[in-house]
Amino acid sequence: MTPAMLALERVSKSFLRGTPNEVRALRDVDLAVAAGDFVTVIGSNGAGKSTMIKAVAGFAIPDEGRILLEGRDITRRPPWRRAATIGRIAQDPNESTCAGMTIEENLAMAERRGRPRGLRLAIRGDARRRFRDALAPIGLGLEDRLASRVGLLSGGQRQALALLMATLSGSRLLLLDEHLAALDPKTAETVMRLTDRLIAERRLTALMITHNMQDAIRWGNRLLMMHGGRIVLDVGGAEKAALTVQMLVDKFHAVSHAEMVEDRVLLTA
Amino acid sequence: MVAQLQALGLNMLEQGFLFGFLGLGVLITFRFFRFPDLTAEGSYPLGGAVAAALLVSGVHPVAATLSAALAGAGAGMVTALIHTKLKINNIVAGIVVMTALYSVNLRIMGRANIPLLREPTVFGEAVGWLNGFGLGWRENVYTTILVAFVLLVAAGALLVWFFSTDLGLAVRATGQNEPMILSLGVDTDRTKMVGLALSNAFIAVSGALVAQNHGFADIGMGIGILVTGAAAVLIGEAIFGDRGILTWVVAAVVGVVIYRLLVALALRVGLEPVDLRLVTAALLLMALAVPRFRPRLLR
Ligand SMILES: Nc1ncnc2c1ncn2[C@@H]1O[C@H](COP(=O)(O)OP(=O)(O)OP(=O)(O)O)[C@@H](O)[C@H]1O
Ligand SMILES: [Mg+2]
Repeated sequence: MTPAMLALERVSKSFLRGTPNEVRALRDVDLAVAAGDFVTVIGSNGAGKSTMIKAVAGFAIPDEGRILLEGRDITRRPPWRRAATIGRIAQDPNESTCAGMTIEENLAMAERRGRPRGLRLAIRGDARRRFRDALAPIGLGLEDRLASRVGLLSGGQRQALALLMATLSGSRLLLLDEHLAALDPKTAETVMRLTDRLIAERRLTALMITHNMQDAIRWGNRLLMMHGGRIVLDVGGAEKAALTVQMLVDKFHAVSHAEMVEDRVLLTA
Repeated sequence: MVAQLQALGLNMLEQGFLFGFLGLGVLITFRFFRFPDLTAEGSYPLGGAVAAALLVSGVHPVAATLSAALAGAGAGMVTALIHTKLKINNIVAGIVVMTALYSVNLRIMGRANIPLLREPTVFGEAVGWLNGFGLGWRENVYTTILVAFVLLVAAGALLVWFFSTDLGLAVRATGQNEPMILSLGVDTDRTKMVGLALSNAFIAVSGALVAQNHGFADIGMGIGILVTGAAAVLIGEAIFGDRGILTWVVAAVVGVVIYRLLVALALRVGLEPVDLRLVTAALLLMALAVPRFRPRLLR
């Protein structure tokens, strides 16, 4: 059997451990993602979605459990030692591109993902032509603005660029943390289509966090719902295709209610 | 009056170009890495000390100046290691190294001041080399300006080139957006080391050149040097704005020259050397405040 692209084994992560304000962001999370899976992730604010993605990317080291990437244990590797395989767009839109540098400089940095960087000019040879060819299909006119600062771009343009940077150079696992959140509906649709196309074209495995239940149902082949640091719903295939927003809302109310009852039991015990 | 103005102008250019290396060094930490690196207060006199100690023991001025650069790079690396490996705040790490360097510099020099008036300098050597082409020049303020200018242009070109390479972009991005560049596979402990080494190498070269020009190295020559460099960078930015790597480099050098001019003017209008720090503080404040009053594309 080939190992899963990504596996989380009983991963737990708490913040402010040992203080009265301790938050258990991830509780014994088990998850196996097969190569080629496109998984959408939903859940209320504070459910632990971003923490899970940060743990995979190396920006939150689990307290317990293991994370395996293509069968290799990466639980404690620093982010830069997983970057060759993992492309990521963080929840904070400023984190995924460098505002003070130009489009071509950003792309040049992304092109060398996970490879050694030496004293060769970053933009050399036919780099500009390659960047134009990569930007043109997005249809936002970025191919004519290679020398513009990224900070001058609109939010949608920046996220489209971030997406390209995350997928440009051989990453196999794509982590998207609400990458459409700040976009107007039309741009969100454009960037989402681009996302789906890049995932298909480059045969990526993807985890996409979203608060848009419609999107979560419509895209991908598997859906996770998180709540209180746990995965409370995991559906794929035909079952996922048959989901409706109402069913997700009901499920959400069911888990929140169960939690409330549990709290009450604890309090009265 | 004309002669006086001319002397003032020449002096300003001469000192401005010598301190230009300081501006380039401070640019890297203060602008790209966005923190005031106090290592400068130690690496500037370190450059002077190393160059002076080697010159009096008969080492060639060029070798002495290059050694100063290496020593400065080493100082920057120590600051980077303290910051990245021991997870100590970068300003505090700079203070630690600055403090240690005071004693190190005294050890290197063996005393608080080394006069260099009888020693050969890079400026003299350069004139001697040019005279090999039959120019028959004598070393004076003009030749010093010329030599300093050529060195500075070479250094500036080196920086512009470096910050356009794969490694250079990674160093810039480390200061601007560390999570992003980490996510692209760059070990930022390493890029911080590269940046700090480069910065302090330039600053030490500035110290070595100034020592050779002024005719002595002194243990106290670094006091307040970081503020001078930061003021220069800020003045340059206030004039040129923020338009890419080439303008940054030019702005840093022009900033130093203007800084020297303003200080010279302040002394001319009757302020005394004891008031100099007050003038520096006022200039720094002005340079910090001016950019707020003009529309800016980017912060
Ligand atoms: N660095 C941190 N320090 C302290 N608590 C944190 C930290 N990061 C996350 N948390 C807490 O961990 C919990 C999970 O946060 P996380 O960001 O994973 O939620 P999320 O599901 O992504 O929510 P959202 O939909 O709002 O983005 C929250 O209660 C949050 O307050
Ligand atoms: Mg989140």
